[in-house]
Amino acid sequence: MIMYDPAEYELRDDDDGILALYFSGDLTVENAAQLDKKLRGMDTAIARINLTQVNDIDTIGAWLVQRTATDSDAEIIGASDAAERLLARVSEFGPSVIVPKEELNPALRIFNEVGFAVATAVGTMFAFLGFIGQVVLSFFTVLFRPRRIRLNAMVMRFEMVGIRALGIIGLMSFLIGIVIAQQGAVQLRQFGAEVFTINLIGRLTFRELGVLMTAIMIAGRSGSAFAAQIGTMKITEEVDAMRTIGVSPIEALVLPRTLATILWMPLLGFYASVVAIIGGGLLCWIVLEIPPVTFIQRLREVTPMTDFWIGMIKAPVFGAIIAMAGCFQGLQVTGNAEEVGKRTTAAVVQAIFLVIVLDAFFAVFFSSIGWD
Amino acid sequence: MAHDTRETIIEVRDLRNAFGEAVIHDGLNLDVKRGEIIGVVGGSGTGKSVLMRSIIGLQQPSQGEIRVLGENLLDNDTRSDEEVRRRWGVLFQGGALFSTLTVAENIQVPLREFYRKMDQRLLDEIAITKILMSGLPADAAHKYPSELSGGMKKRAGLARALAMDPELLFLDEPTAGLDPIGAAKFDALTRELKETLGLTVFLITHDLDTLHAICDRVAVIADRRIIAIGRIEELLQSEHPWIQEYFSGPRGRAVSGAYEAG
Repeated sequence: MIMYDPAEYELRDDDDGILALYFSGDLTVENAAQLDKKLRGMDTAIARINLTQVNDIDTIGAWLVQRTATDSDAEIIGASDAAERLLARVSEFGPSVIVPKEELNPALRIFNEVGFAVATAVGTMFAFLGFIGQVVLSFFTVLFRPRRIRLNAMVMRFEMVGIRALGIIGLMSFLIGIVIAQQGAVQLRQFGAEVFTINLIGRLTFRELGVLMTAIMIAGRSGSAFAAQIGTMKITEEVDAMRTIGVSPIEALVLPRTLATILWMPLLGFYASVVAIIGGGLLCWIVLEIPPVTFIQRLREVTPMTDFWIGMIKAPVFGAIIAMAGCFQGLQVTGNAEEVGKRTTAAVVQAIFLVIVLDAFFAVFFSSIGWD
Repeated sequence: MAHDTRETIIEVRDLRNAFGEAVIHDGLNLDVKRGEIIGVVGGSGTGKSVLMRSIIGLQQPSQGEIRVLGENLLDNDTRSDEEVRRRWGVLFQGGALFSTLTVAENIQVPLREFYRKMDQRLLDEIAITKILMSGLPADAAHKYPSELSGGMKKRAGLARALAMDPELLFLDEPTAGLDPIGAAKFDALTRELKETLGLTVFLITHDLDTLHAICDRVAVIADRRIIAIGRIEELLQSEHPWIQEYFSGPRGRAVSGAYEAG
């Protein structure tokens, strides 16, 4: 541990009657905070600053001496060689102070921020629509030139988006199946209609929850990853490098991710529904004492095929939205690391929001075409 | 060489660094004296940056002893390591500025960390002094790193490294990526700071001009250790093929010719 001498100063009348400020001790960064406060509080007019008793001085100490000298128009004497050099160095800059940034008054700032937020939201919406158009367009371009399909990139995404998600989605669905069965059984028991728990499980999982929960999990798992990966590539200029080489970032980055997610969403959604039914069935067997064979028989009677189709039609649409929201936000990154975080959050929020809005539309649509 | 009585500020003994199979350093020794500018040169991949990272404690060596400002940084006493950290400044290759803070705020980070009682006005005054000292214009204070050019980022990084008035300054390729005029200015700045503040500077570089212009001694890394250390004239006497090629190759000759001619 190194010890520092405290920095002190005192006022003294010199022999020639001039009021002088005598500094002593270490005029260094360690003592700067308290010395600064004291010097600012001093209101005596001094005409001379004496540094003969100073042990050690650094730039910050020199700045404080220089500032005091300039403020009261005093001369500095007794500076050592090192102090002399430092004082010369800091005095070059003169009394420069950071100019505070201009800020709007609070009342105007509210309007300012609301205005910016609205403009950004509208701008993002149009940009996202444009982006979807670009992706669809490049999809057709690639479709007609199959050699440009990046199979390796896609297979890699299959693994990341699909296979590695199986564990967590399975666990989540299994637990949801149990919860639905358990809660359903409790409520339906009041009417003596416990057997309808099977209807609840079968219809709810295939039609709604299986796909919806999968979509939310994939948005959190893969949508965010897409945004972060592409965003980081933007910062390190990898995306720009791709463009200059002649590789389209949409084809190389966005399309494999989007196609992988579109293809995997129905599979994962189906898998999630089946696991949820297994979970529900297990609960029915243990708690309601409905044997598995009866459970499956009843399930086949009460769950129409249309429920399955509804889930499978929704899944790829959700997948497309999640992947494109992730890639879109990633490509919007400019500047710094914080931006990557913001865009990743935006990607997940946007994806889940759009998925739920679309799910509501689908619900109304399928009811009105008689698939209920 | 005459016996050097100055205090040894960095002492590296028998350093060994290995990443899996790849041995970067083996039996590396280095002494840096107070008040000198030492330049470290070596081919790409010889572990110049790894050496710097070992010295500043970002890389745990597999073997060896490192003392900086008299403090062993590899022991378990982490409290005294903090003390040493206050006394050095580091400039990383790309500046490594915190991207979410302005230049002024970047400079204030170490000050705020160590001296919580410092007044905002004083912090601002210190920041602007350091900004001007490192050769940046005053209006850079409110800019974010993404708004700065590469050279300005280096200067801002230097300003942050100097924030605490360190005794020891580590510079990792300070002139790489700067135009020759900017690089010459940066060299002059380093020299001037060393003379005004009495700094010891540990400098990694590829820049022959920097070596000739400001380094008191040059250490050459090759074959996993420091193969030669001394003034450039002394190194020129060396028989080692890499040193010969480095200083007597077309670029080396051009620069030393220019410096001999004055």
